[in-house]
Amino acid sequence: MFFAIIIWLITLVSVVLTVGKYWWLPELASEHGVALDRQFMLTLVVTGIIFVLAQVALGYLVVRYKDRPGRTADYSHGNDKLEVVWTLATAVVFFALVIPGQSIWASLHLIPPTEDVVRIEVTGQQFSWNIRYPGADGKFGQLKPELTDDSGGNALGLDPDDPASSDDLVVPVMAVPVNRNIELMLRSKDVTHAFFVRELRIKQDAVPGMTIPLRFKPTKIGHYEVACAELCGLGHHKMRSTIQILSDEDYASWLKDQAEE
Amino acid sequence: MGEAVQAHSVHEAPAGFIRKYIFSYDHKVIGIQYYMLALFSVFLGMTLSVLVRLNLAWPGTEVPILGTIFPEGAPDGVMTPEFYLSMLTMHGTIMVFFVLTTAPQSGFGNYFLPIQIGADDMAFPTLNMLSFWVTFLSLVVMVAAIFVQGGAPISGWTAYPPLSALGEIAGPGLGTGQSLWILSVAIFCIASLLGAINFIVTTIDMRAEGMSMMRLPLTCWAWFVTAILALLAFGVLLAAGVLLLMDRHAGTSFFIPGGLVVSDKLIDHKGGSPLLWQHLFWFFGHPEVYIAILPGMGAASHILSTFCRKPIFGYKAMVYALMGIGFCSFLVWGHHMFMSGMSPYTAIVFSLTTTAVAVPSAIKTFNWLGTLWGARIQFTTAMLWALGFVSLFVTGGISGLFLNQPAVDVYLHDTYFVVAHFHMIMGVAAIFGIFGGTYYWFPKMFGRMLNETWGKIHFWITFVGVYAIFMPMHFLGFAGHPRRYAELTSFEFLEPLAAVQKYISMFAFTTIAAQFIFLAIFFWALFRGKKADINPWKATTIEWSVPTPPPHDNFGGEFPVVHRGPYEYSVPGAAEDFVPQTAPDVATAKS
Amino acid sequence: MATTIAPPPVEIELEDLGRGGGGIPNLGWEGPGGPGEGAEGISDNRYRTGMWAALAGILMFFTAFISAYVVRKGLSNDWIPTSLPSLVWFNTLLLLASSLTLERSRHVLSDNSRFSRWWLLTTVLGAAFLVGQVVVWRQLIGDGVYISSNPSSSFFYVLTGAHGVHLSGGVFALGFLLFRNRQNPFGSVNRTPIDVVAIYWHFMDGLWISLLLLLFFWR
Repeated sequence: MFFAIIIWLITLVSVVLTVGKYWWLPELASEHGVALDRQFMLTLVVTGIIFVLAQVALGYLVVRYKDRPGRTADYSHGNDKLEVVWTLATAVVFFALVIPGQSIWASLHLIPPTEDVVRIEVTGQQFSWNIRYPGADGKFGQLKPELTDDSGGNALGLDPDDPASSDDLVVPVMAVPVNRNIELMLRSKDVTHAFFVRELRIKQDAVPGMTIPLRFKPTKIGHYEVACAELCGLGHHKMRSTIQILSDEDYASWLKDQAEE
Repeated sequence: MGEAVQAHSVHEAPAGFIRKYIFSYDHKVIGIQYYMLALFSVFLGMTLSVLVRLNLAWPGTEVPILGTIFPEGAPDGVMTPEFYLSMLTMHGTIMVFFVLTTAPQSGFGNYFLPIQIGADDMAFPTLNMLSFWVTFLSLVVMVAAIFVQGGAPISGWTAYPPLSALGEIAGPGLGTGQSLWILSVAIFCIASLLGAINFIVTTIDMRAEGMSMMRLPLTCWAWFVTAILALLAFGVLLAAGVLLLMDRHAGTSFFIPGGLVVSDKLIDHKGGSPLLWQHLFWFFGHPEVYIAILPGMGAASHILSTFCRKPIFGYKAMVYALMGIGFCSFLVWGHHMFMSGMSPYTAIVFSLTTTAVAVPSAIKTFNWLGTLWGARIQFTTAMLWALGFVSLFVTGGISGLFLNQPAVDVYLHDTYFVVAHFHMIMGVAAIFGIFGGTYYWFPKMFGRMLNETWGKIHFWITFVGVYAIFMPMHFLGFAGHPRRYAELTSFEFLEPLAAVQKYISMFAFTTIAAQFIFLAIFFWALFRGKKADINPWKATTIEWSVPTPPPHDNFGGEFPVVHRGPYEYSVPGAAEDFVPQTAPDVATAKS
Repeated sequence: MATTIAPPPVEIELEDLGRGGGGIPNLGWEGPGGPGEGAEGISDNRYRTGMWAALAGILMFFTAFISAYVVRKGLSNDWIPTSLPSLVWFNTLLLLASSLTLERSRHVLSDNSRFSRWWLLTTVLGAAFLVGQVVVWRQLIGDGVYISSNPSSSFFYVLTGAHGVHLSGGVFALGFLLFRNRQNPFGSVNRTPIDVVAIYWHFMDGLWISLLLLLFFWR
């Protein structure tokens, strides 16, 4: 009985703390996040039901079939019909949950970007983010790693001989226009980092030697924190940047201000 | 034994202390050696987790003794972020390799596999001794990594390059410490491969007369499948380790791409692929998760059947589920890499294979519940741990349904949700299997009984404690708290979560303190415990029909003959509620 | 044995004992029982099984290298094919010949002096292969192709090195059995160690051919 009470209590407390949403996903600020949050909730409900049923059943069985004087255990080696039923049932439930969810992933990664996409390059380094905008010409200048000079103000190794690089803007913080398709091109200078913005429901490793696209559409004006989500060394915990979601006008003036600085 | 087959033993009983207890060929001594190595490692790993939890909840706390031992990593006893990451790395590595891989498989497996199948020893006793001492060497090298210049590596137990490949320039501990770490893991791979060969051959070729594969106790099945996983997985990790060492010391570029600039210095490497390491590592890493948990499943099944006084429900389904999990475990490694930059198409494939592995896991759970149904449950301490195992296996398992969906994993990947998930399933559930095995088999291994009352107190604190520790970590994950953060002060969104971290630490300390109860009753029982009978639990399998503790060749020169399946409890018409596997057949007398 | 307990006799119908339910097929594992102990004592089968298990592990080790090779080659722009020194082909011939002489020696196992001669020849050929591989390395180094030169050369050294380590284990085993045979001839009855080492040797031979094909055709 004691076992059952404890296990039911644990189950109850877990459910209450989850349903109460005391610690929860932050308010959503991106388009694909709607489907993602819905899938998250669906998964939570399905697993929650399984969790509660299993723990309650465990507690019940333990009470019901406790050793009492006069009790004999059933002599049974199992039931093949039951085996087949619960195997199929779990397979159906699990795959029915997981397969539809793949469309969200597909929409994130498998659909080519639109023409009007805003491209921004993000380069991680120990322990900061470098955000690069292509400037007025819309072209990113060439990078040459051997020109990299952190203290000299050329963190990315921008090649001054390339005309496209002259108006490139490299800043430590990011701003993007609201309701526009954004494509971040993730790079890393040294080790693997990960670009994570909770409100936008985006996370992607930035792997040295690769340029990995990360697409999203912000839907809410606001100011959010960018965290590193892949262990990158002793300063991993302070590898912070910010991202501002701005209206088109504010975005334009932000770009202008940054370029002037 | 009613009838028995005469046979000569593989090796003579040893004389002299060193042959008997240090360099012993006897699988029972080697099993205990492995168990003790794991016991040492688990307390070491736990000590490291105390430091980790301390730093998370109360950063800046002065621990004078730390300052004395590690003047570099903890000046004046205050932990630095790199020291935190070192401890984190070593906690993970030691727990995974030297506890979860060592205790349930090499410890219990070595001791009980030969006895349960009716063999006088493992197939290759010398190789067995070698496996243990190579494991020991590996542990020595691993512990040494903590004390070298620069300290232990800070790259986590997954050691992703380039961080782990670049050397000291990428951070403290990535010089000598990282090299020793890789070396130790490589040595461990060799030891595990040797051990795996021994387990496989023993199961296939050393079974006693009448012990068909489908009469093996589920523990033996679990050890057998685990050994196959280890055989196929550790070779891959060894190869990856060799390549990583080459990158570090021979100037190759397997994993290090070109054009890296670290600390404003151009690195002279080109063309390597960091993802290549991740593929190799997780091809090993995912089977490794099952290497940790399968023996626990075996032990839990074994214990549940014994104390339900009921045959295990769906023995064959259990066996096939074990095989199914083992097989699938080689097809799912990519689910660790959804965010790594690998092809998004492969992510979908890995998502589906991962879902498939959930099905045999669910089958196991249903069959455990089926075993409880209609049972006559005896609440021994071992049984409590087995029941706790089932509860934790469910809790830790279903959170996998979030992480196997790439879309949902976008948000949860590398947050505390993942920490909660793997601690619940491969950490705590596996540990519960080990504890269950300990309370169950201690009488046979050491000839004395563990104290049941204190054992139950130990269980209750631990059971409630682990839920109190790891449940809230799911919520931290919901809030997007990234893992492996040494300090929580740089981000606004982490500030409200600091209270949860404090709360988790408090429960962690309580639970860890309770483990000293175990240590106390363990050593007390070793010397002062009540003498154990041959078969204190009235169980059916062969380990319970040999003397306590078993003689050198387990059976006193006569091999048992097996007449029936492993879990014949409450057989109608039988004189007692259990029928040992070796009880002679007199069924024909029925008419 | 007096020390073991005698379980109580069971007076029931035992037909269904020890089987979990009827319908699920059992893959033939429900036969009369385990292999038990044969009339000749300890079953020698375990050495054979053990060798195959070991080879499965070794195969995974090399598979990891080979898949790394394929992946690393596929995505690099710094790959400079390593041209194999012609000595490699001669070494390969030595190794192939060693497999033949090994088979020859197993064929004449009952005639100990002939067996020893062929076995010795196998050992010498194996050792010569290893020496030849070292010479290949030295030639490459002489040509300025180092392990760190480019991924192709890195893999060349790693693969040949890993194979060489495994093969030298084989040479050691050959030599050890030669020594044992001198003290106590094996003969055709007690041939398990001979057969097991032969499995290993042929496997290493085959592995070398596979590696060579990879290194030659997929430069």
